Amino acid sequence: MATVSLNKLTKRYGKTEVLHGIDLDIADGEFVVLVGPSGCGKSTTLRMIAGLEDVSDGTVEIGGRVVNRVEPKDRDIAMVFQNYAIYPHMSVRRNIGFGLKTAKISKEEKAKRIEATAETLGMTQYLDRKPSALSGGQRQRVAIGRAMVRQPSVFLFDEPLSNLDAQLRTQTRIEIKKLHQRLGTTVIFVTHDQVEAMTLADRIVIMKDGAIMQIGTPSEVYHSPANTFVARFIGAPSMNLLPASGDGSNLRLASGAAIPGSARGDVLVGIRPEDLHPGDPASAPMQGKVILAEPLGAETLLYVDVAGAEVIASGPGQGAPGPGDVIGLSPVTLHIFDAETGTAIR
Amino acid sequence: MAVIETPIADRVVAAPPPRRANWGQMIRWLLLFAGGIVMVAPLAYMLSASIKYPYELFDLNLIPKEPTFDNYREVLGDSRFARWFGNSILIATLVTISNLFFDSLVGYTLCKFRFPGRYIVFIAILSTLMIPTEMLVIPWYVMSSKFGWIDSYWGIMFPGMMTAFGTFLMKQFFETVPDDFLEAARIDGLNEFQIFWQVALPLVRPALAALAIFVFLGNWTAFIWPLIVTNSVDMYTLPVGLKSFAVEQSVDWEMVMTGAAVATLPTLIVFLIFQRFIIRGVVMAGLKG
Ligand SMILES: Nc1ncnc2c1ncn2[C@@H]1O[C@H](COP(=O)(O)OP(=O)(O)OP(=O)(O)O)[C@@H](O)[C@H]1O
Ligand SMILES: [Mg+2]
Repeated sequence: MATVSLNKLTKRYGKTEVLHGIDLDIADGEFVVLVGPSGCGKSTTLRMIAGLEDVSDGTVEIGGRVVNRVEPKDRDIAMVFQNYAIYPHMSVRRNIGFGLKTAKISKEEKAKRIEATAETLGMTQYLDRKPSALSGGQRQRVAIGRAMVRQPSVFLFDEPLSNLDAQLRTQTRIEIKKLHQRLGTTVIFVTHDQVEAMTLADRIVIMKDGAIMQIGTPSEVYHSPANTFVARFIGAPSMNLLPASGDGSNLRLASGAAIPGSARGDVLVGIRPEDLHPGDPASAPMQGKVILAEPLGAETLLYVDVAGAEVIASGPGQGAPGPGDVIGLSPVTLHIFDAETGTAIR
Repeated sequence: MAVIETPIADRVVAAPPPRRANWGQMIRWLLLFAGGIVMVAPLAYMLSASIKYPYELFDLNLIPKEPTFDNYREVLGDSRFARWFGNSILIATLVTISNLFFDSLVGYTLCKFRFPGRYIVFIAILSTLMIPTEMLVIPWYVMSSKFGWIDSYWGIMFPGMMTAFGTFLMKQFFETVPDDFLEAARIDGLNEFQIFWQVALPLVRPALAALAIFVFLGNWTAFIWPLIVTNSVDMYTLPVGLKSFAVEQSVDWEMVMTGAAVATLPTLIVFLIFQRFIIRGVVMAGLKG
């Protein structure tokens, strides 16, 4: 087990800089998820930690030791790849054992560890199969097994679930979380799926264009997003952002509605759909016409036209307003952002 | 192995073809048939000639009036033939092994590593593909004579120990091996050669099999270069030796044909062995992950 810290970590391909000085400190045993849209540099960051990619600038420390010049195999890490990277020409047993190839332990010890790993992952009966005779989920478990058997200090996962179907993804996600609770090893997990990030992480690192936007617990990034990017990236459906101008006591929306709020100047008012409920048009601060209703069972998503802007609100699962209805909307919680920079005003 | 079978229902639905003259189909069959005859006829003639007595050698009948195995007895009993056969086996095998190793090593390096001059090296290798053997024979010969390789196994083998075609083939196949495999192995602590040998090579087995067939056949039937570089009868390869049957006294065509018939055997064996890998490889390549 080990801490990991990145200091001003920079990556350049030729002249293009794709990672602009990342700072991140990961505690021993922590489960950290790197999340962000495609091309934001998540994989690059992870691969630099693994040693598969050279560091252009800055340092990577694992367990307090700078490892910039250390070979991947000597970094005491294990990595699970998106397309599993398990070898089709080897049995499950050999695949799992492959991680121990260079370990200096006895044959019996190796066999014992392979068995124990397979046991943990519920793969014992498949040990002598070839990967071609396994399902996608089982193959991913073999890949995880190959990483586990090395008993590394840090696990690195690069979108390990994205090749699985929705149900299997949820199931494997839970298994990974359980595994982490049992082993207590430091985990760095890359995904572009915010639900995965929220459910797995002790702390989430939200990245965009090679820079970190916010680091925080799932609750922090959800309830107090640092900027509009984080606000819209975390949470589904996305947060509504409405331009408004504040005079110190009220926020006047473009629609003319006024909501109490202390900000001054041009701002963006962020309201999560789940914080926006339909009510009586007469007494609510905002009014609009329902364009579309999406019943989800427990709630109904309402797409409401508020003075030309589309706003998503959340109605009850039963008896929600339908298209054409004019409703009032009363926000429960507001997030206020600077209109120009997009950073949160607190 | 996941072999996908057509469900029976599909087959039944697809079964009854329209019962009307299909001219396109017919012409295709005829063309294929004609092509088949053209390819098989010399082989059939070779086999037929090998069991004929000289007097009916030039008759066109495929079944001899008086079939005989005397030719085989004579050819197989000829110590020179055994020697040439051995030479050819040795040379074709060594050259094949060398190609499998070096072509894939170079192809792998060109495919999976970025280094200065990589592109130039690749182009240089490719450009040799465009020079015909006939033109290379002279520099080869000069080289052999300067280094004293004339009339030696090494002299016969050295030009083919590595081929541009094989390198190119292997490079293209290594493109299909995802880098993740190599990186996973790198993290698992294998050194670069082990990654090549234990991870990358097994994943391109079908390409290796195809290359083995090409190289073995190419060297087994090679004629011009072995003819030029060898002087003594003992160093002849089989094709060169068979040709010498034809020039020594008169032309013993039945001997040449019999020798050629025997000579096809190893090529058949090589093909049967490696073809299995090709088919298995194709099945494996169809599976993701
Ligand atoms: N070898 C390379 N040469 C040049 N640019 C590269 C190279 N590899 C990656 N990049 C660039 O670096 C940026 C970050 O890539 P990276 O693979 O880390 O993204 P990612 O966040 O993992 O995205 P995804 O979710 O699609 O996997 C991208 O803009 C990409 O185009
Ligand atoms: Mg990625």
